[in-house]
Amino acid sequence: MKPDRELLCMVGGIVGLLALSSVVTFLLKRRAGGTPNAVVANLDARVKAWWVMVAVFGVALATGGLGSVILFGLMSFFALREFITLTPTRPGDHRTLFWAFFIITPLQYYLVAMEWYGLFSVLIPVYAFIFVPTRSALAGDSEHFLERTAKIQWALMVCVYCLSHVPALLMLQIPGYEGQNGKLLLFFVLVVQISDVLQYVWGKLFGKHKIAPTISPNKTVEGFWGGVLSASAIGAALWWATPFTWWQAGLFSFLLTLMGFFGGLVMSAIKRDRGVKDYGTLIEGHGGVMDRIDSLCFAAPVFFHLVRYCFT
Amino acid sequence: MTADFVAWLIRVVCGVRLLPAEALPPGPVILFANHSSHLDFATIWAALPPGFRARTRPVAGRDYWLRTALRRWIAGGFFRAVLIERQQVTVKSNPLEPMLAALDAGDSLIVFPEGTRSPDGRIQEFKAGLYHLARSRPARPLVPVHLQNLSRILPKGEFLPVPLLGNLRVGPALRLEADETKPAFLARARAAVESLAR
Repeated sequence: MKPDRELLCMVGGIVGLLALSSVVTFLLKRRAGGTPNAVVANLDARVKAWWVMVAVFGVALATGGLGSVILFGLMSFFALREFITLTPTRPGDHRTLFWAFFIITPLQYYLVAMEWYGLFSVLIPVYAFIFVPTRSALAGDSEHFLERTAKIQWALMVCVYCLSHVPALLMLQIPGYEGQNGKLLLFFVLVVQISDVLQYVWGKLFGKHKIAPTISPNKTVEGFWGGVLSASAIGAALWWATPFTWWQAGLFSFLLTLMGFFGGLVMSAIKRDRGVKDYGTLIEGHGGVMDRIDSLCFAAPVFFHLVRYCFT
Repeated sequence: MTADFVAWLIRVVCGVRLLPAEALPPGPVILFANHSSHLDFATIWAALPPGFRARTRPVAGRDYWLRTALRRWIAGGFFRAVLIERQQVTVKSNPLEPMLAALDAGDSLIVFPEGTRSPDGRIQEFKAGLYHLARSRPARPLVPVHLQNLSRILPKGEFLPVPLLGNLRVGPALRLEADETKPAFLARARAAVESLAR
């Protein structure tokens, strides 16, 4: 991946946006004065964590394909760790879990790195699907067997399979866009994440009607539409960095923001079911890795396959 | 250096954080915890502040930890474990003696009053050792520690860890009350550990 002008423009835009957020946070902190304000403190922590995440992501993109594959592989590993920690498994699952962490997850990302699309797209839905219950059955514990198997399989699908479709964007051969897929990856992550941020901002400013009060009490109808529409507009305005026309970029962005919302909603339902607020504590202000990538999980495979179907 | 690196590695694998210095009373103290995994004493050791860690010794069963050369090196060479007799307690091999000697030399102890690893993760009844320790050295603070998920990271009988997120909590220190009976004290100590579970 050569750093071309368009990529530099996108990175510059992101850095500018973060700088603006830091200034706004600073002003809010000063206005609050000495009185501690939970919302501002959380905002401050989030913005700081964003700087770190953007820096890590930037380094990964700059090192080319392999860096991105390794970064997302590590994110899958940490997300799986958080997910399985919340899932009640039994000693009979120990060896199965060892395989999930140390064989299946690295293998999935190895297949992304070597661009073996055929096996990459079936490793977890077919082979892990068969392997997981078989290994647990061999361990001889039948208690809650279907539940345990389903949970491990689900964890692998969401944390590893779905997320691996983000770096897999680099393997798409789009005519006229060769060697520029890094920008497509950045476009995807940017639109999904900015939709999250904008839904939060619109919700905080104008949110009145709760969209799913029993699942995620902070999500509002106003936040949802404000975030989805403004993120789609930003996506459309970034068409020059993608292989799409402006309206295609807008349409893809709209779909990505919807998928992102669904992903966040489903992961919230799981957290609620397990009685926790966050998946972990690794990222200050955001919770765990899983809390940050929840919206990427559903959006990534849909985006990957649509682009693959329509543009290659 | 090596010890700091090993401690860091254990914290990474078990997902446990380094304790701040103010989490513990000044040593020497007696740390007592629930026991469900081989990783338990290593995890507590790794979570202690570095200076404190250097002066802390786990108490372990002599029968188990002397059986192979590797175990002997881990227990004796690396962690400076206080190895005690579990099976035959006689006047000659009183398990209390080496523990008191370590305390008197200024070292803190990590003990597992259940005596052995719990088979199902539930906290078993406490053995009397903790009471005798408390009675012999009443000035030493007894610090309850609760370990969560360690039995899922490395269950009994397994040798490869699965890196789930563990959790370590430290409670306020206890002391043996003047007229407290042995069963009452052991029940209170066990409840102090159990109350730290989420």
